[in-house]
Amino acid sequence: MDWLINAGSTGHKFVLMFVAILLFVVVMGAILLAVDRPKRVPGWVVAAAFLGPTVIGLGFGLVYPGLRTVWGSLLDSKGKDYVGLENYVRVFSEDQFQTVLRNTLMWVILVPLLATLIGLVYAVLVDRTRFEYLAKTLIFLPMAISMVGAGIIWKFVYEFRPDQPGVNQIGILNQLLVWLGLPPQQFLLSEPANTLFLIAVMIWIQTGFAMTVLSAAIKAIPDDIVEAARLDGLHGTKMFRFITVPSIRPALVVVVTTIAMGTLKVFDIVRTMTGGNFGTSVVANEFYVQSFRIRDLGLGAALAVILFVLVIPLVIYNVRQLRIAEEIR
Amino acid sequence: MTAAIPSTALVDSDAPAKGRTGRLGRMDQRAGIARARLARPWTSLLAVVLAILWTIPTFGLLLTSFRPRSEIRTSGWWTFLQNPETTLDNYTEVLFGSGTQFSTFFVNSVVITIPAVVIPISLALLAAYAFAWIDFKGRNILFVAVFALQVVPIQVTLIPLLTQYVQWGLSGSFWTIWLSHSIFALPLAIFLLHNFMKDIPKSLVEAARVDGAGHVTIFFRVLLPLLTPAIASFAIFQFLWVWNDLLVALTFAGGSPDVAPLTVRVAELAGTRGAQWHVLSAGAFIAMIVPLVVFLMLQRFFVRGLLAGSVKG
Repeated sequence: MDWLINAGSTGHKFVLMFVAILLFVVVMGAILLAVDRPKRVPGWVVAAAFLGPTVIGLGFGLVYPGLRTVWGSLLDSKGKDYVGLENYVRVFSEDQFQTVLRNTLMWVILVPLLATLIGLVYAVLVDRTRFEYLAKTLIFLPMAISMVGAGIIWKFVYEFRPDQPGVNQIGILNQLLVWLGLPPQQFLLSEPANTLFLIAVMIWIQTGFAMTVLSAAIKAIPDDIVEAARLDGLHGTKMFRFITVPSIRPALVVVVTTIAMGTLKVFDIVRTMTGGNFGTSVVANEFYVQSFRIRDLGLGAALAVILFVLVIPLVIYNVRQLRIAEEIR
Repeated sequence: MTAAIPSTALVDSDAPAKGRTGRLGRMDQRAGIARARLARPWTSLLAVVLAILWTIPTFGLLLTSFRPRSEIRTSGWWTFLQNPETTLDNYTEVLFGSGTQFSTFFVNSVVITIPAVVIPISLALLAAYAFAWIDFKGRNILFVAVFALQVVPIQVTLIPLLTQYVQWGLSGSFWTIWLSHSIFALPLAIFLLHNFMKDIPKSLVEAARVDGAGHVTIFFRVLLPLLTPAIASFAIFQFLWVWNDLLVALTFAGGSPDVAPLTVRVAELAGTRGAQWHVLSAGAFIAMIVPLVVFLMLQRFFVRGLLAGSVKG
């Protein structure tokens, strides 16, 4: 049994991986083989064979834990005694969490708006140019990088060396300041601006997403509309404002809400770059700190539930807009 | 597309008057306009500035990862040309050095990722098939329920799941990570694959049924081959999600070199050895190389999968 659970060597790990996949294939294969007799097996049995593992998995891994967490948010830090809404009261009244909520608000407002704006402008700028493919690849590349990797890349951009003779800056941003004759800054330590520097990283990642979706939407604008507008004398910024933007409005809304959802749950960037210190924590990071570091289970659960509640309206709005966008297409 | 051809031909006076050529002529014309617009210096300048701005951070760290340790500490990467010295020492140290051992964590990442991509896709395919082609009572309600589960952020599930795994004696093993990733992926995977399943003509499935094929045969023989592009798109999305994930791995694997993936190790290094850029830069790129290669090779599928899966959380 222990052999199946703990693997130390590389070979053992790969064997274990194949065992897992094989186990899965054999079990599913057996179930499917048993029901593959047309007419003799009633429909609901077939449905149960196809859906059973999924339903059990979702019940075990999403529904039950979700309900447990909602209940857990009403319990004390050990997860034993019922304390009512006290955890929520703490989150919304204590100073330390005020900072967390304020930061989260800043993230959720700034990232979607700026990423979408930059992505849109860029998509329009490179649309139908000779170097479009390359230009898009460059902006889109950060999406392939993990947020941990992005955090490291930007931490290096912000790297600070003390301002002394003989000490060279190794972070490009501080070097720029030095070239301009300004003193180098501790970008990640000085509140409250440091949150803005973390937000820049998320914008850097998400702009590629916005640009790709919006570029597809721009290309889908019917030629005759563009042509008619052009004959009416619309050019440049006016074309952008009166034709492009209104035509892709549904796509814009989907992009903004999608990025907002991702931003709400941002955790990796904050953890990698500042660990949530120096007043940079956000709800998703604070959830981790409270649950796993401080071990205040009630508070951690409350933060998770708050995250949940904040996401719901975004998802509903997003799905509805997605429907509209699809109908138009 | 086809509907646009006649109207194009009517409006377009200077292009050849018929069908396809008219449309092509129009495309050229629009490209010409775009080019003219971009020829205006400040717009193209803005595009170039943005492209450089977006590339410089990654490029700087990549260059740094190949510079000798002493150079990294005393000068910026932009001085590289003054002293163009490169080395692979950083990578060797990070991969095999006793303090970092990235090779071990790389193996862990691979071992975690493959089952966490294969299992949820297989399950989701079966479930999507059932929702699309098998009649049973309560089908619609169940589908809506699965669809709605996309809303649940994984943070909500972590503590109860961890408690359960500890009770089962599974904590700190690959099984917990495989299981968790598989479950978290299901709602979105089912939703997306169901959308593709629905688009397959009913007559195709009916014909197979008349020939005496059961659901399992239909699934494997008729539907699976048609769904390959959709599967590829979602597989790439799920691969990136698992490979780049930090939260799930951190929760269930901790920092153990037996299980933890690269992301966990890199994040840990950023905390404990934050000033040692020769280790951090090389480590970060070892963690990034696989997704980057996949991205550059399969960009088309990648973009589609990413766009389709962007609601996941």
